[in-house]
Amino acid sequence: MARDERVFCIGEDIGIPGGWGGAFTVTLGLEQDFRERIIDTPISEAGLFGVALGAAIMGLRPVADVQYGDFLFCAMDQVVNQIATMRYMSGGKVTVPLVMRAPVGATGRGAQHARNPEAIFYGIPGLKIVCPATAYDAKGLLKAAVREDNPVLIFEHKLLYGSKGARAETEALDASSEVPEEDYVVPLGEGIVRREGTHVTVIANLLMMHRALLAAERLAGEGISAEVIDPRSLVPFDWELVEASVGKTMRAVVVEEGPRTGGIGAEIAASLAERMSDYLLAPVGRVASPDIPVPFAPPMEEFYRPTVERIVEAARGVVVGSGG
Amino acid sequence: MAYDTQFLLGLYRQMVLIRQFEERVKFLFLEGVMPGTIHQYQGQEAVAVGVCSALEAQDVITSTHRPHGHALAKGLSIESLMGELFGKVTGCCHGKGGSMHVGDLEKGMVPAIAIVGGGVPIATGIGLSFKLRQEPRVAVCFMGDGATNEGAFHEAVNMGAIWSLPVVYVIENNRYSASTPICQTARVERLTERAHAYGIPGVTVDGNDVLTVHEAAQVAVERARSGAGPTLLEAMTYRITGHSRRDPCLYQPEEERKQALAEEPIGRYGAWLLAEGTAEQAALDQARAEVDAEIEEAVRAAQAAPAPAPEAALEDVFA
Ligand SMILES: Cc1ncc(C[n+]2csc(CCOP(=O)(O)OP(=O)(O)O)c2C)c(N)n1
Ligand SMILES: [Mg+2]
Repeated sequence: MARDERVFCIGEDIGIPGGWGGAFTVTLGLEQDFRERIIDTPISEAGLFGVALGAAIMGLRPVADVQYGDFLFCAMDQVVNQIATMRYMSGGKVTVPLVMRAPVGATGRGAQHARNPEAIFYGIPGLKIVCPATAYDAKGLLKAAVREDNPVLIFEHKLLYGSKGARAETEALDASSEVPEEDYVVPLGEGIVRREGTHVTVIANLLMMHRALLAAERLAGEGISAEVIDPRSLVPFDWELVEASVGKTMRAVVVEEGPRTGGIGAEIAASLAERMSDYLLAPVGRVASPDIPVPFAPPMEEFYRPTVERIVEAARGVVVGSGG
Repeated sequence: MAYDTQFLLGLYRQMVLIRQFEERVKFLFLEGVMPGTIHQYQGQEAVAVGVCSALEAQDVITSTHRPHGHALAKGLSIESLMGELFGKVTGCCHGKGGSMHVGDLEKGMVPAIAIVGGGVPIATGIGLSFKLRQEPRVAVCFMGDGATNEGAFHEAVNMGAIWSLPVVYVIENNRYSASTPICQTARVERLTERAHAYGIPGVTVDGNDVLTVHEAAQVAVERARSGAGPTLLEAMTYRITGHSRRDPCLYQPEEERKQALAEEPIGRYGAWLLAEGTAEQAALDQARAEVDAEIEEAVRAAQAAPAPAPEAALEDVFA
């Protein structure tokens, strides 16, 4: 915001003095430096995303957020019918430099504050989508998104916002990493190998990336060498990185937190089947949540979300089943 | 209006039940024994109790992310609520819903809707079903002040109006939506001014005075039941607790909070009962002791109740 005065934030409860800086303190204190550019809205999601779009096509660079990813559905017309199509409908004449942020993941709040809706938006052409899993990427991807001339939807995981402080979530993970003070970007569409391995490629983002790393550690104890890839962006997707990895390991497992049917895993597995059929020694494994709304009671929520154990089992199944 | 003593004491007991329930729940959260998150109702008790005391058992309410008071006022048992907050099988939603979704349609409460504004069309549809089936029932939609800024509110109140549906739209104006003061998100002085846009009556009342709320609700409910259509009822109140778990309320001016505490509904109503000679202090103390005992029993039962089997998560997706 200091670098580019076209950038502004718009959302609910994001800059109220004495408030919380949005539902998860992401904008906390920004109103002190940028009062004019931190715009608190009424509870009007459809309205605020449309307003952000209007400002974006006139050359500003809004960062619009919802308090929970579930409320994106309240703004669905603007996001899907307007934001995702505006440039295309104009024959490429209109530019939509618009960033949208949405916290995702189940956190003991029941069915309407819990979804991982990534796959739904993954199927909407015209939206770029990123999913930071570390503090370093959160900064780098946000900066890249703000400088991008297309709509970018950033999914942030509630359990990765921080494991310390007054607003820390129960069971939050420590996702801290070295974050340089200086300006840098993590380019959209660039994945990263989080752990190298030779027997199976595990593709996972957000919270699932951290669980995949724990799973890889356990698998190593069994003599299975897992390579963990964090695609970081879903759209565009770093096929080059994934193909190089699967070309080496010849096996893949996709992990996601959302429901299995119509999921990210379904798309990646199908694409891998098309692109890599000469290499794959086994069908691509999928780890996802069951096809149910998110339950409240802790044992049921725990059952819902993929665990380290389930990732280990899936990877083991793919490797052992194909003579690894 | 003359009321009988039992009725007046009943209102007091209901409000105290909600207050004590919420205070106990708050403590359980702070102790870390209760899972999830909570949005509590302290300070707004007169609204739920005043409105629900004007309803019949067969009338139906919709509620919000802040539903405990509505649930108790509509007659859900303390056990079924406490069980749900603990995520136990004895809960009113068998542990699937949690704090923000408590409800029981058999008691006339739709599982609470935590999408702000989401309940307004649903209540309107419930009203439509009553009208189509010619049932003498009324739907009541509880919502916060913030909900009146959602498109869903405007679409749904308009439909309720044009079809003269038996619905009462109740705005609990506690002056804030989360941390945002309503004066920052609405130009109108009273939210009921919005009723004019839809051609229905809009009535703003002191929401911390349980009898005033009750009387206004009765008029609106009668109107709805008689086929004359909906009313927008605004009850002015204040949330004297955090918006949700661990909210220190730093956005509320100190003076305003102090004032609100002085005007909170239970102290006010209790003082009035004493002044009128309707009740002795001993009777009020006894009401409180009774509800405290009931709440303790519910906590004990909920903690002892079995948690759902993890696989039970797979059930109930479809009928
Ligand atoms: C559609 C939607 N947007 C945002 C939220 C997050 N949220 C939960 S409660 C709340 C404030 C609601 O204010 P109000 O309607 O006045 O009810 P109150 O909390 O004061 O009871 C907000 C913004 C939500 N639950 N649903
Ligand atoms: Mg409010």
